[in-house]
Amino acid sequence: MDEILEILEELNLDADVSSCDTLVDDGILSSLDLVTIIAELSDRFDITIPAREIRNENFNSAAAMFEMVERLLDE
Amino acid sequence: MLFTSYRFIAFLALLFLVYYLIPKRFQWLLLLAADVLFYACAGWKGLVFLCVTVLVSWLAGMLMGRSFKEQKSFLKSPEGKALPREERKVWKKKRESYRKFVLTLALLADLGILAALKYTNFFISNVNSLFSAELAGVDWVLPMGISFYTFQTVSYLIDVYWEKVEAENNLLRVALFTSFFPLLVQGPISRFGDLKETLYAEHSFDFKGFSFGMQRILWGYFKKLVVADRLLPAVKALCGAPDQYNGAFALIGALFYAAELYADFTGGIDITIGVAQVLGIEVKENFIRPYFSRNIAEYWRRWHISMGTWFKDYVFFPMSAAPRLMKLSKKIRTRWDGFGRKMPVYLSTLVTWFLTGLWHGAAWNFVVWGLLNAVIILIAEEFKPLSTRFREKFPRLTGSFGYRVFEILRTFLIMCSLRMLDCYRNVPVSFKAFGSVFTAGKWREAFSGALLELGLSVWDYRIAGLGVLLMFLVSVLQERHGSVRELLWKKPALPYVVFPVLALLVLCFGAYGVGYDASQFIYNQF
Repeated sequence: MDEILEILEELNLDADVSSCDTLVDDGILSSLDLVTIIAELSDRFDITIPAREIRNENFNSAAAMFEMVERLLDE
Repeated sequence: MLFTSYRFIAFLALLFLVYYLIPKRFQWLLLLAADVLFYACAGWKGLVFLCVTVLVSWLAGMLMGRSFKEQKSFLKSPEGKALPREERKVWKKKRESYRKFVLTLALLADLGILAALKYTNFFISNVNSLFSAELAGVDWVLPMGISFYTFQTVSYLIDVYWEKVEAENNLLRVALFTSFFPLLVQGPISRFGDLKETLYAEHSFDFKGFSFGMQRILWGYFKKLVVADRLLPAVKALCGAPDQYNGAFALIGALFYAAELYADFTGGIDITIGVAQVLGIEVKENFIRPYFSRNIAEYWRRWHISMGTWFKDYVFFPMSAAPRLMKLSKKIRTRWDGFGRKMPVYLSTLVTWFLTGLWHGAAWNFVVWGLLNAVIILIAEEFKPLSTRFREKFPRLTGSFGYRVFEILRTFLIMCSLRMLDCYRNVPVSFKAFGSVFTAGKWREAFSGALLELGLSVWDYRIAGLGVLLMFLVSVLQERHGSVRELLWKKPALPYVVFPVLALLVLCFGAYGVGYDASQFIYNQF
C-alpha cells in the first residue's frame, strides 16, 4: 500500500491521495497520469495489468489499486 | 431522411403515437422497424452493409458469451475444481485464446467494411501521388452513420470480451442496438451497457419525460435552424475563397465556424437525446459546455465525449498498457529514464489522435488536425509542473475570474485555429490562412461592408448573433444551476411560455423558406 501511495504522491495531484476515492470519477487523475500509474505498478509489482482491468473502479483510490494488484498477483 | 425535413417530423409524430398505443412488449420491435424504415430511406445498399455488421457482431458476441458460460460452469463443476491450479490456468488460457480469435475475426470484419468503404479512395490517391501511378478511384456506397454504428459494435464486442457486459443472444436486440435511428446520424457512440437498460424496457407514457424530450428537440432545432444553418453561407464563402478572404476574414471565418459547428453538432445531439427521451430511452450526454474549458485536455473531456472515451478506452489505454510497450519502456529507461517513462504515453497519444483524425475523414487535413491536438496535449503535459509552480506562486491571480476568462479564451482560440484544417480541407491552405491572420491585416476592409457580401444580410447577422447570445446565456445557466428544464419545471407556468416562444422563434427565424436547401448535419458525413 505504501508503494502505491508513493506513486500517487509523486504525481503531485490536487487531492489527499490517501483518502480520496474518486480519483478518476472527479477527473483528478488524467489519462496520462493513469498510464504512468499503470507503468509504475507493472514495474514495481512485476505484474501485467490487462486492458480489461483499466476501469474507473480499479483506479478511484489507492485502496482500489491495492486490491487490484493483490488480485493480479494471485492469478 | 434529414432531421430537419418535414418527412422526419411526420415520421417522429407517427412513431411517438404508435409507440405508446401498442402493447409495451412490442415497443422495442417497433423501434427496430422504425430503424429499418429510416435507414432504407438513405438507400438499401447501406442497409445491406449494416445487416452484415449486425450479423457478425451478434454471432461473435454469442460465441464469446457461450464460451464464458461454459468456462464458468466447468470451473464450478467437481471436475473443474479437481484440476490442479496450473492445469486450470492452461485450460482458462485456451478458452481465452478461442475468444480472442473470435473477437479478432469479428473486429476484422466490422472494421474491414469501414476501412474498405471509407478509406479505399484515400489509399488509392496516396498511392497515386507517391508512385506517380494512375489507379482509378472506386465508387462504393458509404452507408449512413457507418463510423458511428461500427464503433458502437466494436465497443460491444470488446466489452463482451472483457466481461464488462453479457453477450446478447437475441439477433433482433443486437440489430436494434446497432441501428437505433436517433444515434445513426451523428452519435453519441453509445455503449451497450449504458443503453440496454432502457432500450429494451417497456415504457409507459410519462408526461415529464415527454415534455423534457420535446423541449430538448425544440432547442436542438433552434440551434440548427436559427444559428448553424444561418451562418453556413458565410462560412462557405469565407472558406471557399481563402486567397480573397485572408487576414481578418480568416479569423472571422474560424469564429463563425466555431459557432456553426457547435450549434450544428450540439443541436443534432439535442434532437437525438430528445427523441430518445420521449421514447423513455436514456442516452448519455455528448457535450458539457466545451467552450468553457480551460485547457485542451479538458476541452476533449467536454466535446464529443462519446468519441473521446471510445478512443481512450479501446485504443489509448490498451495500447499504452500493452505488455510489449511496457517492456520497451523499461528497456529505454535503463539509458534514458525520463523518456523511457513517458514513451508509452507519448506514443499512445500520437497513435490515438492519428486515428481520431482519420475517423473524422479520409484526408490528410484530418490526420494533421488529430496529430496537432496530440502535440498540444503533450506540450501542455510537459509544462504541467511549470504551470503548477506558477499557480502556487500567484494564487490570487490564477484564482481570479479574469484569469479564468483568459484560460477559456486561450483554449477557444487554439481550438478555432486547429479547426481551420477542417474548414479549408487542405493542409497548406489552412496553414497559409492561419499565418495570414497575423500578416495580411484587412481589418478595416472586413468591417466596411465586406461581411455583407457573404450571403448574409444585416438581419441574418442580428438573428445569428442573438441566437449565439441565447446559447451562451443558457450555457452559463447550466454551468451554474444544472438543467435549465428542471429549473423551468419547478415554476409551473414558465415552461408554457418559454417553449411556445422558442417554437415561434424556430418557425420565424429558422433558415428555411423558398430556395432554402436544408443542409445535412456536419457530423453526418463522418
